[in-house]
Amino acid sequence: MITYEWLYFLAGAFFAVWSLLSIRNRLYGNAAFWGLIAISIFLGTHLSDLANGILVLSMVAIAGVGGLKRSDPETTSVSQRESLSEKYGNQLFVPALIVPITAVLGTLLYNYTALAETGLFEARRETLILFGVGVVIALIAAVVWLKPPLLAPAEEGRRLLDSIGWAAILPQMLAALGAVFALAGVGEIIGGAAGSAIPEGSVFLTVVVFALGMALFTMIMGNAFAAFPVMAAAIGIPLLVEGYGGNPAVIGAVGMLAGFCGTLLTPMAANFNIVPAALLELKDQNAVIRQQVWTAIPLWVCNVVIIYVGAFLLWN
Amino acid sequence: MNYWPLLGIALVVAGFALRFNPLLVVVSAALATGLLAGLDLVAVIEALGKAFNDNRYISVTWIILPVIGLLERHGLQQRARAVIESVRGATMGKLLVIYLLFRQITAALGMKDIGGHPQAVRPLVAPMAEAAAEKSHGALAEGDREKVLAMSAATDNVGLFFGEDIFFAIASILLIQGVFESYGYPLTPLELSVWAIPTAICAFFIHSWRITSLDRRLGRVRQAEGGRAS
Repeated sequence: MITYEWLYFLAGAFFAVWSLLSIRNRLYGNAAFWGLIAISIFLGTHLSDLANGILVLSMVAIAGVGGLKRSDPETTSVSQRESLSEKYGNQLFVPALIVPITAVLGTLLYNYTALAETGLFEARRETLILFGVGVVIALIAAVVWLKPPLLAPAEEGRRLLDSIGWAAILPQMLAALGAVFALAGVGEIIGGAAGSAIPEGSVFLTVVVFALGMALFTMIMGNAFAAFPVMAAAIGIPLLVEGYGGNPAVIGAVGMLAGFCGTLLTPMAANFNIVPAALLELKDQNAVIRQQVWTAIPLWVCNVVIIYVGAFLLWN
Repeated sequence: MNYWPLLGIALVVAGFALRFNPLLVVVSAALATGLLAGLDLVAVIEALGKAFNDNRYISVTWIILPVIGLLERHGLQQRARAVIESVRGATMGKLLVIYLLFRQITAALGMKDIGGHPQAVRPLVAPMAEAAAEKSHGALAEGDREKVLAMSAATDNVGLFFGEDIFFAIASILLIQGVFESYGYPLTPLELSVWAIPTAICAFFIHSWRITSLDRRLGRVRQAEGGRAS
């Protein structure tokens, strides 16, 4: 059975190569940072929790003292790229499309045919594993077709990785923060506070507090998944469903979407908001959030109205 | 009740606002929260290490970078721009609205892995949007260029978030179902996912309007400059 461990072996190897290339480039901070990630990905399963924790603290120390630098591996110039783009034409899109097509069609094929019974992939892990398969196929296809210098794929990957820098592990770090918050009982405290902030007897205001709680707690945690069980337990189920007799399907589904509006507004949702700013090499780390503010706020208002109308006015 | 663990949240907000290194902010907040909740330092470091390790799959996705980098070395971004330049009547507004719709529909059909920032936005959508904006408004000032790129990324997010929940077999729908079931309210995924449709429609209209108003604003800036020049 193919499990995430296979994927970790592949990814660990990639980060190890990036670390070695950084040494060659005399970027020792980068080499140490990517090297520690390689160790974490390769060996994490076999290390103790404390050792993994120390790995985390070491990475953060390197990033915290500004040890990560941008790199500038040898590449083609803009004018060379213009003529290469003419030469290769629209076929350049093909390798880029191999990855999503392998992941999406592979997942559909696997789940809706007899293949699922073979147990080839670890349960519910097939999409990311197929993503890895797609990357390998696309990389081989691109190398065979374009015949770049031996180290070019690794060096081009390193250029992009170094332009993302520490933001590359921010999403993973925030997921870890979420786990510590949960352990410390932050959810119960917030849920309790939100529950006691509700004016008696007003369905509409209760809907507003529920949706606001979803959005704000999502902003704090960086994703709506952490906020949902807390807000559902504090307000959604005891007050809206049981107290006021609202439609549970609407309260659940649209409550979650009110949380998604919060995701658009927070740097804590790093992989959606901070990483793309780094990937696009924007000067303002919050540039993507700024473009989302005036979509998120009106949409949140829509969600409040949809819950009020759908779960109460139409339902009762 | 012990409210001290909330100080960790305040640390995160302050740290991001003061622009300290976010990794440093996050780990300090984690340590502070754990300690204030009464855990000892080693237990907090262990919890952090375990959770970081359990979430390694998130960082695995960077293995796409060599493919994207290699294609960019051979002119992928230039190709994406050339395609847009060859389409008559292409504007940034039309392009991003079509991408929004495409992303919402494919996500609603369960294909949320089509699109995404490293795979689609950086190499394809953002250069296309920039080329389209330049085509209608001429060379962009640096601030405007950043707005166009950021709007491309924002469009990918909005399309994904407000499309994916229409697909019933997605993690967030299963989570809602699980939570309600544990309180004695059995719901089917389909009952939940149909209620994602009204919000998806609102998201499409609101964000489309935001995209086209950015496009119009770029046009006005251009006109104002043209007016001064002549």
